[in-house]
Amino acid sequence: MTVETIVFVILAVLFVGSAIMVITRRSPVLAVLYLILNFFSLAGLYLTLQAQFIAVIQILVYAGAIMVLFLFVIMLLNLRDEERLTEKISVRKMIGVGLSAAVLLQVLYVLGFSGSDLPVRDVARAEELGSVESIGKALFTDFLFPFEVTSIVLIVAIVGAVILAKKKLD
Amino acid sequence: MIDLHTYLGLSATGFILGVIGVVTRRNAIIVFMSIELMLNSVNLTLVAFSSFLGDATGQILVFFVMTVAAAEAAVGLAIIIALFRNKQTVNIDEINILKW
Repeated sequence: MTVETIVFVILAVLFVGSAIMVITRRSPVLAVLYLILNFFSLAGLYLTLQAQFIAVIQILVYAGAIMVLFLFVIMLLNLRDEERLTEKISVRKMIGVGLSAAVLLQVLYVLGFSGSDLPVRDVARAEELGSVESIGKALFTDFLFPFEVTSIVLIVAIVGAVILAKKKLD
Repeated sequence: MIDLHTYLGLSATGFILGVIGVVTRRNAIIVFMSIELMLNSVNLTLVAFSSFLGDATGQILVFFVMTVAAAEAAVGLAIIIALFRNKQTVNIDEINILKW
């Protein structure tokens, strides 16, 4: 096993393991902490794909900003733990889980069969692509309009959040 | 060298775990976190394709997905706070005023 494989396996196990922990923990605070672990392992996976800029943004924006927001809201609401996870194992839930698992198995089955003519990764090219320079160049030339529209999305979100969280609409 | 399949399979696993979280959990905040899990798994697919095909567009798309996810988290958490203020609960089984 090469170093690359070992690093990938560790990150993949962390990714799947923390995702399972997120959806099974009763305390929302613990779930948030496992989600942060999940985001860090995902940032590591981005690094194995030579996407440095996306990896940094993942940690700054997701693990840094969005998760602090989640923790803040959970602390603010002072939620109790959910009664019991197995409180109601209803037929509908089991059907949901079963169907999801079936979809996953189908996807993995298809992936297992699409064999040899896969694109081969050019590491030098990928390294060049993932740099801030290359992302910035694409963002401010080909994707300038979508980039500007993003600012409208953000301002609408800020105004919306303030209006929704206000005590009374007067 | 890890091939594209492995990344796609890992990403599909993460996505399905998010789906299972959404269908089984009753705490609105944890449902929300499961949605973030799904968004991130899709991001992994995009970055993997971008890196393997040598095209930066996938990574730009991830950038936009993150922006929209940030906006969605802000508005969604504000909605959860407003709900909690009105009903004293975030259990989505008890929030059913739009159900007929």
